[in-house]
This record gives sequence, structure tokens and C-alpha cells, in this order.
Amino acid sequence: MNEQKPPVHGDEVSPDDLVEDYEIEVDELPEELLEESTKSKTVKTLILTGVGVFVLAAMWFVATNFTGTIPNLCAQVLREALKPQTAAVAIAVIGLNIHFGFTGLLNIGQAGFMLLGAYGFAIALSNGLPIWLAVLIGLACAAVFSLLLGIPTLKLRGDYLAIVTISAAEILRYVGRLSQLGDVTGGSHGLAGSAYRGSFTDLSFFGDGRTAVGPFNYHNTGVDGWWVRAVAWATVAVVLLIVWLLVRSPWGRLLRGVREDEDAIRSLGKNVYMIKMQALLIGGSLGALGGMIYVLPTSVQPDAMGRSLTFFIWTALLLGGAATIFGPVLGAILFFSVRILIRGVTDAVVPDSIMTTQQAAQFSWVVVGVMLMLLVIFRPQGILGNKRELQFNA
Amino acid sequence: MVDASRLGLIRAGVTACLALVLAPLLLLVGHSAAYASTVVDEPATCTPSPENGCLRVQLPRGVEVAGIQFLVETPSGDTVLQETDEQGFSILEVTEPGEYTVTIDESTLPPGVAILPDAQGNVIVTRTAVLELTEGRQASLRPAALNFSVRAEDYRSVTPLSEQLAQALASGIRLGLLLALASVGLSLIYGTTGLSSFSHAEQVTLGGMTAYVMVQWFGVPFLLAAVLTVIVCGATGYLQDRVIWQPLRHRGVGLIQMMIVTIGLSLALQYTFQVVVGADTVRVLTTQAATVSVGPVTLTTQSLFAMGIAVLVLSVVGFALLRTRLGRATRAVSDNPALAAASGIDVDRVIRMVWILSTALAGLSGVMLALVLNGVKWNSGLQILLLLFAAVTLGGLGTAFGALIGALIIGVMVELTPVLGAPGDLKYATALLVLILLLMVRPQGILGKAQRVG
Repeated sequence: MNEQKPPVHGDEVSPDDLVEDYEIEVDELPEELLEESTKSKTVKTLILTGVGVFVLAAMWFVATNFTGTIPNLCAQVLREALKPQTAAVAIAVIGLNIHFGFTGLLNIGQAGFMLLGAYGFAIALSNGLPIWLAVLIGLACAAVFSLLLGIPTLKLRGDYLAIVTISAAEILRYVGRLSQLGDVTGGSHGLAGSAYRGSFTDLSFFGDGRTAVGPFNYHNTGVDGWWVRAVAWATVAVVLLIVWLLVRSPWGRLLRGVREDEDAIRSLGKNVYMIKMQALLIGGSLGALGGMIYVLPTSVQPDAMGRSLTFFIWTALLLGGAATIFGPVLGAILFFSVRILIRGVTDAVVPDSIMTTQQAAQFSWVVVGVMLMLLVIFRPQGILGNKRELQFNA
Repeated sequence: MVDASRLGLIRAGVTACLALVLAPLLLLVGHSAAYASTVVDEPATCTPSPENGCLRVQLPRGVEVAGIQFLVETPSGDTVLQETDEQGFSILEVTEPGEYTVTIDESTLPPGVAILPDAQGNVIVTRTAVLELTEGRQASLRPAALNFSVRAEDYRSVTPLSEQLAQALASGIRLGLLLALASVGLSLIYGTTGLSSFSHAEQVTLGGMTAYVMVQWFGVPFLLAAVLTVIVCGATGYLQDRVIWQPLRHRGVGLIQMMIVTIGLSLALQYTFQVVVGADTVRVLTTQAATVSVGPVTLTTQSLFAMGIAVLVLSVVGFALLRTRLGRATRAVSDNPALAAASGIDVDRVIRMVWILSTALAGLSGVMLALVLNGVKWNSGLQILLLLFAAVTLGGLGTAFGALIGALIIGVMVELTPVLGAPGDLKYATALLVLILLLMVRPQGILGKAQRVG
């Protein structure tokens, strides 16, 4: 195997650079597979990025310089895109991407990993442990959980992991809701954010007061302010960097090998079971990390991390493009902000006599569902994805 | 080709299932005459209309205690004394708009039954509901039902364990049969196409919702509405296969992608229900059903009716799978689609029939569940989705008869959990735990072929 050295760039790593590097790996494929490949795709990516930046800038401009329904809506969409929860889900999606996108593992219980991470983190913090230890405990919970799930199922066909993960995630949620465990998990009411948030906001060096930037106006530290946003998105960046380094390493090639043809990898003398286990563990820990960030600005609610959230994570992954680096983040941002957009537009356009505000919100979910169907039918590889990478059937 | 030993196993399984299902039912029918006197004579009935609302007071499920008294204060200051019936319900026809205050009389609580404090530690003995009358529309009573969190804390010491077990077993078989209607379809779809359809649960909800809309919005008699619902649901299966699944199959879209499409469909359907019907639980029939007691087991007549229909329909489906040409073709496609196609079977037609049958069965299951579980809600299906998957997997992925057995086991497990001492909140969790444990020992499921699954 000839190692590809990454081209030398400046200190900053821009999205386009990453995509280019990624394309170099594709170059190792036989030539007949490469017809429409690198150049046209790079151009496409450039155009897509340009359009995205332009739309964002336009929304920002409209939201800051005008008032009325449309600027309001633009501001809402931008705020939703920057929310810490969006970042948290993005991290969970990156984790799922390691499972499904790169290794082909069907994990339909990613919200369970998030819930476990959130519980471990929040319970440790409310018992007075230091924050670094709490994060480690949250990650360790998820690691143990993935071992428990993986040991019996990873040797079986893919569907079994799917059934076991979704069932185990539900069991976790039911146990978290138990009134008998009320002292530990808070039962169905969950854990209030004030019980554990303190030591996180204490770390803030943003100071007090408010800062307004364009349509965003938050407390510097606060419960749901700039501090948690900065930490959340910085974590996304770090996680992206780690995943990028991981999947372009020899280990990353093994993951894709397992996805494409387990037997081929096995015949090379590799332990497929161990590779899958490592992927499950890393992806699950990322899910737990996402769960911790998810509950920082709010509270730990077992019902908020149920099947629906798992399904949203899947949608975001497929929307952005599985087996890509930036797909998960793009997918998560688009998923949440587009729904706000649909809700706002429906509410503004359809008169209240036909559809109330509440019904408009429900209707936006109907549109999201239909979009998901259409997306998978007409562009199964998602926005950034590569169709060849998704020819497999786990 | 289905090899003979497997066929024999399936036959044995079906016979065992039918015997298991039919025995208690026959027992009930045989005994119902002797116990006729225990049928509640005049169940309190009340139907909302533009002129009146129905004030429902209810105790939580599982606490069916009769004779608890409530004092209802009407808006004009009169007081009416109400008493719960054997199902823990009390229903009062109210015509005067305004606020009704209902106070539970603690002295009438039987020994071992207590009012539970809420999360803040307050013991609530009084609740209110407001009746609003609008010209030309149904009277609206908010909230629709007053729930008192009464719990029989010493229920166990009051009722002997054997009686509790008998009751739980009966309820479990009831739940299992209704789950079976849906999971057999899910299993047939999985068997013939390999697709895990997450929207199957919404097909179940769709059944309940369609029946509700027909009965309560258009005044269709219930039985006719049930038949129409099954037809409508079957039609959705036909349409889906025509518009979505068949084109996707022909384009060679991967099963994972198709599974995500079903997730999208399920999301869209759930929220469509919310937009059309609302987010509250709605009841297909608002009348109180009479109950029948056989020894320790008490079931409503509606439950018995639902169980009877389920047994009948499942037997017909089982017979059709084993004896008819289409049934054999279905099993052949499940076994090996390419071989089936090569031997002259129209695979697409078989799969379309499977979709129609599965969605129709799911619709029927939805109607019955709405009847038995006192209503249907936009997420009713979502709540049983995992039970359906558990049933299908437990029995053996893709084996229709396995799904039947799996559903019965899951149903009984769910109802037995609280009796055997586990917290009632965990009753769905135990079913899933059993599933995971079984997968470790016997990954192919109970009726599945022993084959390499990894």
C-alpha cells in the first residue's frame, strides 16, 4: 500500500482542502471507476460551498438590516443552525458516520449512547466530581455499553446489531424513567440543568454581560449563551479533525474494507470482529460526547433522547452524506434549520383559519418526513456523498 | 421449495399456537353462560353531543376498583355523588356549561388503595374540568378525562398471586393476539423483500385513526367502519407498493436506504395524524363496554370480540399460507426470490399481495387495539413498534408463524412483568431484554432455520 502524504497547506485547514485530500484516496481505485471523478467533483463541491456561503450571507444581511416576517425567519433559521443542540447532534451524527458510513454497522440506537453519556456526565457532576472526570465517566459508560452490545452481535448478520441497539436504547430510556431510580436519574422528570451546569459555566472566561453579533444576541456565559456555543462548536471542530485523521489512516481503510467485503479483509489476516468493535466503541463514545453537550444548555430528559432523536440523527447523516467528513455536520445543521424554515413559511403563508401555528409546526415535520423519503429515493448518497461509497448493503 | 422438515415444524408450530390461543377462548365461551350474572347489567353510557358532554373520572389502568365515591360539584353549586364501576370508571352526563369540581372521597378507598402524591409531593384529591357549549359543535370538556393517581399499593396482598397470574395471562394473550396481527404482516414483508419496515407501526395507528374518523366524524356503525378501515388500509399497502416500493426494488436501491425511506414515511404519517386528528388520545367508541368475568379473569366484551376476530383472521391467514397457491408462492419467494421467479412465480405480484395483506392486517390490529386499550393516539403505533420487531425477531426473522408465536410470548411477557414483581414501568423493557438474551443463545429465533447468520 502506498501511503499518501497529505499535501502541505497553510495553518488553516479549509473544507475544500479536506475534500481534495479525500479525493486523492479515491484515486487509488481502478481507472474505469474514476470517469466523472475528481475534477468535476471538486468543481461541484466548490459551487456547493459557494452557494451555501452566499445563502448564509444573504440571510445574515436580511436578518440584520430589515425587520418584518422574512428577516425574523432568517434570524430564527440562523439561530437554530448555531444552537448548541445542533452541534451536539452533529457530533452524534459524526459518531454514527463511523458506524454506518465507514464501517457499515447498523446502529439504530445512537440516542441511547447520547442518553448514557448525558446521564453519566450529569450524575457525576451533581455528585460534586470535577468536570474532566465527569466527561471521562460519560465516555466510559458509552464504552461499556458498546462492549455489551457488540460482544454478542458483531459476529452475527447486520440486522441483529440493529435490533439489539434499538432495543437496548429503549431499555435505557425506560430504566432512566423509573420512579424507583428517582434519586439518581430524576425519574421521568429527568435532571434539572442547574444541578450539574455550575462547574461548566465556572470554566468560562467569557465574562458576564451580553454580546450581540448580527442576529445573535446572547449572554456571554449564561445558561444558553456564547460560552456553551463556543465549546460545542469547538468540540465539533476537534472531533472532525480526529475523525479525518482516523479515516485516512490505514485503520480507516480497514473500516471501509470491512464495509465493502468482510471476507476479503478476513482473508488478509485481519480480525474483523475487533475492527468492528473498535468502530462501535469510538462512534458510541462520540455519541456520548454529543449527549453531554446536548444537555448542557437544557436538562437531562430521557424522553428527549428516544427513537425520534435516533431517527433524526440518521436523517441528518443521510442528508449530508454518509462516509464523508463534513456530511454529518452539514446534515445536522440543514436538518434543524430547514425545519424551522418550513415551519415559519407555513405559518406565514397559510392563514390561521386553515392551519394554526401548532399545526404548522406539526406540518413542518410531515414535510421533513417526505423530504427524507424523496432524498433517499432520488439522491441516496446525500448532498456531499459519493454514490460509489454507498453501493453496499450491510 | 420448502423442505419437508421445515414444513413439519411450521405445522407443529401452528397447531401449538392455535391450541394455545383457542383453549382459553373456548373456556371463556363455555363459561360465559354460567357466569352470566356477573356481566355488569347497565354499563354507564354517555355520548357527547352538541347539548351535553361526558364527565369521565378514571383510575389508572391496573387499578380497577369499584365503589370509590366522588363528589361532583356542578357550576350552579349542586353536588352529585358518583361511584366508580368495576373498571374504575365513572361517567356523568353534564349539560350545564362551566366548571365542574370533582373531589375523591378518601374514606371510600378500599384497604391497600391509596392516593399517590405527585412529583412535588402533593396529594391531589380535587380536580376540575370545564364544559364549553358552542352552537352546532360537539360540546367540549377540558380535560377530556379526570385522572386520579390512585395506586393499589398492596394490590398483591389483596389478590392471590394465582388470580393475578391468570388475569395477566389473559391480558397477555389478548395483547399478543393483537400484536400478532401486525407482526405477521411485518414478518411477511421482511421475508419476501428483506425490508424492515419502520412505518408498519404507523399502519397500525392508521387503522385506529381511520376507524375513529369514520365512527365519530361520520357516524358510520362500528362494524361497518372496521371492515371499511381494513379495506382502506389494504389500499394504502397497494398504493405504497405501486408508488414507492416496487420502483425502488426495480432500481436496485439498497435495503438500508429503503429502511430509511420507511423511517421518513413513519415520521410523515405520525405528524399527519397530529395535524388531522390532534395530539390527544381519541376513542373509537365512547360507550363503556360490559365486562365478563370467568373465575379470576375479567375482560370486557370488546376484548373478547377482538380476540375472537384475531384468532379467526390469523387462522385464515395461516391456512392460506399453507394451503393456497398464493400462500405457497409467498413462502417460495421468502425462501429464494430468484428461484421462485425462475419457476414461473410472478414475484412482483406476490410482493404486492403481501403488502396489501400486511397493511390490512395492521389496520385491523389498529382498530382492535384502539378498542381494547381505550383509544388511539398519534404515537400509539410508535409505542408498540419495538414490540412488533421483538415478536418478529423472537420467532425467527421472516417466518410468519414464528412472528405469531413471538407476538404471543411478547404479549404475555409484557403483562406478566408487573405481576412478577418488576416495576410496571419496565414492562416493555423486559420484553426487549428477553429478546436480546434470546438472540445470544439462539440468533435464528424460535422457528428460524439454523443457518449461518454471521
